[in-house]
Amino acid sequence: MVDAVHKTDATTPIAKTAGNSTTPDNASPNRRTGRKYAVRLWVVRHSRFFEWFYGRFASAFLLLHPFWKFVGYQRAERPVAFVERHVKGLLFDCRMCGQCVLSSTGMSCPMNCPKQLRNGPCGGVRADGNCEVEPDMPCVWVQAWKGAGNMVHGDAILTVQEPVNQSLRGTSSWLRVTAAAAAARSAAKEKA
Amino acid sequence: MAHIDENPLGIGLPLDPLPGHSSLGRLERVLRRGEFAVTAELNPPDSANPEDVYERAAIFSGWVDGINAVDASGANCHMSSVGICALLTRMGYAPIMQISCRDRNRIAIQGDVLGAAAMGVCNVLCLTGDGVQVGDQPGAKPVFDLDSMSLLETVRTMRDHARFLSGRKLTSPPKVFLGAAINPFAPPYDFRPHRLAKKIEAGAQFVQSQYCYDVPMFREYMQRVRDLGLHEKCFILVGVGPLASARAARWMRSNVPGVHIPDAVIERIEGAADQKKEGKQLCIDIINEVKEIEGISGIHVMAYRQEEYVAEIVHDSGVLRGRQPWKHEVGRSDALVVERLGHIRQGKEEHQQEMVEAAAHLPQPKAH
Repeated sequence: MVDAVHKTDATTPIAKTAGNSTTPDNASPNRRTGRKYAVRLWVVRHSRFFEWFYGRFASAFLLLHPFWKFVGYQRAERPVAFVERHVKGLLFDCRMCGQCVLSSTGMSCPMNCPKQLRNGPCGGVRADGNCEVEPDMPCVWVQAWKGAGNMVHGDAILTVQEPVNQSLRGTSSWLRVTAAAAAARSAAKEKA
Repeated sequence: MAHIDENPLGIGLPLDPLPGHSSLGRLERVLRRGEFAVTAELNPPDSANPEDVYERAAIFSGWVDGINAVDASGANCHMSSVGICALLTRMGYAPIMQISCRDRNRIAIQGDVLGAAAMGVCNVLCLTGDGVQVGDQPGAKPVFDLDSMSLLETVRTMRDHARFLSGRKLTSPPKVFLGAAINPFAPPYDFRPHRLAKKIEAGAQFVQSQYCYDVPMFREYMQRVRDLGLHEKCFILVGVGPLASARAARWMRSNVPGVHIPDAVIERIEGAADQKKEGKQLCIDIINEVKEIEGISGIHVMAYRQEEYVAEIVHDSGVLRGRQPWKHEVGRSDALVVERLGHIRQGKEEHQQEMVEAAAHLPQPKAH
């Protein structure tokens, strides 16, 4: 009889992972752990500073272009991606999509949206400004709108973003942006 | 003005859209003519029986300008929107195919757009889609490869540049009228008009709104939309629907994502002797209020499981007054189907061996 009780049946609907004493507190259908959002929200409150800092940081990275070239962008990829993953993971709950748009989204990472929207909030945002899918999480895009309000170039939130290139997932966005900037700089020099 | 409905060079050939139009559909013509459009939502059947779709579409026959075929709305599994649209166009109805990004990636979606356009679908509504957790199968994998904005851009690229996202060429682009959804009733409220602007930039030509039960809030939204000049770039259809009872309204408010129902509305229905009747009256009152707002081009009636009342609501609100009569148009490939069906109906015996022999000796088409 025990077998009959435990037999899984294809017709039994898969229930939501929530609700009884044996399920872990933070289980959710998309396996996101119920972490605190304090750091992420703090960053959005100080998005003006991070915008300034990111600008400086990008120029510093570009200054290092000869070094990256010497090491080789491909060889630098793994250690830089490692650092990027952990630094941005701590600050923005970065998901390493590989094509960072933080400066266009008020320093609130859009990949934390359960629908991974990169162009603004869905219609399901709760009246308290929390996420439709995860009622405990403040909507990424409500935060983005707040963050963009603090920033000098906050208007960037109004530009339409391209769909994510899934093949770049897990790679370093810092190196890619630097390589692109260096290429653009040398192209401009050649022209001049 | 008489419209040409067939390509003079051959009935099977695609017809050029009217100047300035991107589709051949009725909805676009009605909107561009400046008439107040009415669209309605079809309750998708949980069955494999085409007659269920025909039956549900028949109640909208003739007076609705577009029938929305939902794509697993609320993440609940139903007959697919492509399937419903194929059945509807077969019967001469004008569907609005909804595409949500929750279930399919960009490869599947682009294929479906081509398939639907080939079936005669003239209107496509691009949605992000509800999260899987609200539906009947919360264990499903949410895809969200594109979002509503990039979906709009994708379909527009296919239509205007005759190319896939990859840049590969299409021999015959899908002539569709592009739509999107708006929800003025969810935070961040300041961002919502800008989001509409973004959708227009991405290609939206008409938008349908979420259920509107808070007219003052909607007025405020429209004021800001007009300030941005968006009502001139896009046709805005307001979502309306009858509430069956105060209990149903409370349930909707707490369980359907993105629905905002003010307490006053629920109290009004609760206080009535006949809640269902009051719900209908409320819907008519809202239509009468919103149709006067500048920049509103039509209504979208969503009456889930109350579809039989839609006609009454539309009639009583009088939004179709002054409409030009409409003639059904013969689809461009319908004649081919009629011919083929005629052959089939004759019931002639077919001898496979003779037929394959004849087919094998057909003159070979020259290689290009």
